[in-house]
Amino acid sequence: MGEKADVWQGTLALMVLKTLETMGAQHGYGIARRIEQVSDNQLSLNYGTLYPALLKLEQEGAIASEWGVSENNRKAKFYKLTRAGRKQLEREAKGWEQTTAIVARFLSPAEEA
Amino acid sequence: MRKLRALWMRLRGMFAGAAAEDELSAELESHLQMHIEGNLRAGMTAEEARRQALIQLGGFEQSKQAYRERRGLPWLETLGQDLRFGMRVLRKSPGFTTIAVLTLALGIGANTTIFSIVNAVLLNPLPFPRAEQLVVLHERKPNFDHGSISYPNFLDWRQDNHTFSSMATSRGYYFSLTGAGPAEQLDGQFMTSDFFETLQVKPMLGRTFTRAEEQPGAAPVVLISQGLWQRKFGSSPDVLGKGISLEGRAYTIVGVIPASFHFSGGILPSRDVYMPMGQWANPSLTDRASGMGMRGIARLKPGVTIEQANADMERMTRDLELAYPAADKGIGAKLVPLKEQMVGDVRPFLLVLLVAVGLVLLIACVNVASLMLARSTGRMREFAVRTALGASRKRVIRQLLTESLLIAAAAGVLGLGLSVAGTHAGLKLLPEALPRGEEIGMDLHVLLFTMTVSLLAGVVFGWMPALKTSQADPQSALKEGGRGMSGIRHRAQSIFVAAEMALALVLLIGAGLMLRSLTRLWNVDPGFDPHQVLTFGYTLPPPLLHSSPDAVRAAYREFEERLTATPGVRAVSQSWGSLPMSDEDDEDMFWMAGQLKPADDSGMNWALTYVVGPNYLKLMKIPLRRGRFFNAHDDIRSPMVAVIDDAFAHKFFPNEDPIGKRIVLKSGAREVEIVGVVGHVKQWGLDTDDTYPLRAELYSPWMQAQDSFVQRAPSGISAVVQFNGSAANSSAAIRRAIGQMSNEQIIYDMQTMESLISDSLAQERFVMILLGTFAAVALLLASVGIYGVIAYVAGQRTQEIGVRMALGAQRTDVVRMVLLEGMRPALFGIVAGAVAAAGLTHFLMKMLYGVSPTDPLIFSGLALMLALVAVAACYLPARRAASVEPMQALRSE
Repeated sequence: MGEKADVWQGTLALMVLKTLETMGAQHGYGIARRIEQVSDNQLSLNYGTLYPALLKLEQEGAIASEWGVSENNRKAKFYKLTRAGRKQLEREAKGWEQTTAIVARFLSPAEEA
Repeated sequence: MRKLRALWMRLRGMFAGAAAEDELSAELESHLQMHIEGNLRAGMTAEEARRQALIQLGGFEQSKQAYRERRGLPWLETLGQDLRFGMRVLRKSPGFTTIAVLTLALGIGANTTIFSIVNAVLLNPLPFPRAEQLVVLHERKPNFDHGSISYPNFLDWRQDNHTFSSMATSRGYYFSLTGAGPAEQLDGQFMTSDFFETLQVKPMLGRTFTRAEEQPGAAPVVLISQGLWQRKFGSSPDVLGKGISLEGRAYTIVGVIPASFHFSGGILPSRDVYMPMGQWANPSLTDRASGMGMRGIARLKPGVTIEQANADMERMTRDLELAYPAADKGIGAKLVPLKEQMVGDVRPFLLVLLVAVGLVLLIACVNVASLMLARSTGRMREFAVRTALGASRKRVIRQLLTESLLIAAAAGVLGLGLSVAGTHAGLKLLPEALPRGEEIGMDLHVLLFTMTVSLLAGVVFGWMPALKTSQADPQSALKEGGRGMSGIRHRAQSIFVAAEMALALVLLIGAGLMLRSLTRLWNVDPGFDPHQVLTFGYTLPPPLLHSSPDAVRAAYREFEERLTATPGVRAVSQSWGSLPMSDEDDEDMFWMAGQLKPADDSGMNWALTYVVGPNYLKLMKIPLRRGRFFNAHDDIRSPMVAVIDDAFAHKFFPNEDPIGKRIVLKSGAREVEIVGVVGHVKQWGLDTDDTYPLRAELYSPWMQAQDSFVQRAPSGISAVVQFNGSAANSSAAIRRAIGQMSNEQIIYDMQTMESLISDSLAQERFVMILLGTFAAVALLLASVGIYGVIAYVAGQRTQEIGVRMALGAQRTDVVRMVLLEGMRPALFGIVAGAVAAAGLTHFLMKMLYGVSPTDPLIFSGLALMLALVAVAACYLPARRAASVEPMQALRSE
């Protein structure tokens, strides 16, 4: 179980960073919504997964947080990308693309011959 | 970098207070509200919107916990929790904690002590710069593998070698210091000029000797020790250039050697005064064939191996052999690394002690382990409840290991304290024979060792109980009130009992063998009777030493007469040259009268020489085999006579009567007639004398000593005295009598012959006492351990025993049952221990005298004794178990 969670955490971090890059500063609920929408509701996030991931990114210095007011006038904590976070996103996105490309080549039968 | 930052943030996160908790709650709450609002917008009812949101977002509290774990460092927090909890648990059962800590502290303390000795003596480098380059030089000759060096040979070595950066030789001597307060005996050393340079010891004041000062006839100069400088000169800096009077001769002080240059025993003894070799007015100094008791010290050039140096020495000694066949035929050189020379003899002893003390610690660990296992039964429910509430097995093991490590840490601290105190006390009991004793103490190595040993001990004794305890199935444990586990537990306890018995037997056998060997040694007949005999060295007042030979003889005779007249003294004899068991030995070469003088020394015969008075034989109670011993008429005007011992007669006159035979002694080319044969005396020690190549002994009367010999006042002149009553009274009377003769008359090193013999066994005794102590501790721990286990197991079975007795079992049946249960693993352990001991005692072989390392009597006797101790330890609980009232046992459910 531990190993699966790690993979998931790694990908989740990437999704969070990408979301923040696309949308700018955003609160946890917004991030979760966005990830669900982009995944066409195939992913569903609970607090226990999302918030520790956000905390980890913040501890590593990829994102920063600040209390603000939401569009519905609700107090919420807003997360935004830092410079280090932007670099991390670039690096990890590239890595991820490479990995998926390699795995895809292995899995596609046409290439075999 | 990123990870480091995260780690730092998490460390800080550990101390996040209530504010952080509130913030988290607020954030999660706002998320929930936004989710609900979203659901409402999607058209759900208020109730449904909330329900769906909660389902999707998961449990509030679990989320908070996951968040908290990310915020701080959970393992560190758990460790903190475990430590706090462990301390509380240990405080709550002070009896258990005290016994466990004390048992382990004993083991750890003993280990630390022995290790601190091993560390100082064997592991630490010698206190000289680049000490690994230092080697000791000996001359290898027919009778001595590590013989003393001839001075002319040394001078050639020093000049012709290619492999040493410097080389020096030295020789001990006693000096009488006069003219500065009461006369006293000083330890001195004659040395060549490079001695301190070779060791790279710098004088704290002044300088060392020049090559010119080393020559005979140079102006007398001296280096003094810091001790003497403080004592006689009040540490005055203007001591340089002042004179001191040694043996009536004025020496100019040129330097002070720091007290940090000191060794107990070994090849480089620290001295009060050091003087150049040329000051030694001994004609034999220039005789290439004389050994003169010198040893050399040399420093290898950087990068030169001892093999290369040996080859170099080989080349030089071969050259000398060709150049001086008369003196150097068959003479080689022997190089020994300085450290090996100093500690080589004690290494096996110390390693044996280290192993033994390790076994004691193992027994202590097993004891504590079995104690913990027994105790954990009482905590069965506690762990079952924890497991039921979700604690993983790993978590339970961690908790138990934390507790054992706490015990081990406390024991380590206490053990270290015990060791520091013990080492201080023990050093006073240490034999002088242990080299580098003054270097023993605490250092970083010892601290690291103690820490490692404590940690290891904690894991060793904590592991098995932790595993066993955590195996418990919570359901059955809760249901059965802990009794379901007894099966597993008994097996573990049996292993403990067997292991303890085995370890204890190994130690007992080791100690038993040493004890037997030592008793054998004690019962060896030294060839003389050491009772009621004492010996001391002395020198005549300096002015007398420079008078005529006859005046000196008269002075020695008067000394003897005055001594004989002292109350408590029964008989007196001079003893010049060799003295049995004392490290004082002197040799001479000879050939048979009527035969040609051998062309070179290698064709000569050797004998130990004793120059004594007529009373010597009687007061030492050496048996006279044939002929006669000396009498008062054997003096310088009568025919020269000699007495030989059994070994001499056997070697040189195997099938003839030696009485009346004549031999020619090389020193002075004197022809002497053999007039008597006496019993052999063990010159070289009780154990080693039999195997020594040089055992032939030759006695000459001191009144026939030549003029040159008498006048030289040889170092090592002693008297032996047979006394009445106590040694203390007699030695006091002797000191008084000698003090009245002259205040320049010095006596030193007064000792009874009995203590001389017991000193020669100091090392063996030291090992035997320590091994014996360890074995006694092991026996105590093991018997307490087996008693504890059996008592505990029997206690657990009280109800079962009650049922058995209710069903008609007799008390004797119960006793037999419990006894057998304990004795089965104990006997198994004893057999295993005997097998292990048979393998291990092999390493003791070299230390044993007259007893085989697998001595069947020792093995069977100690195994039987241990078995009896085990029976006794099992019998008490067995009887208690059998005295159970069946009804009461059953009711106690």
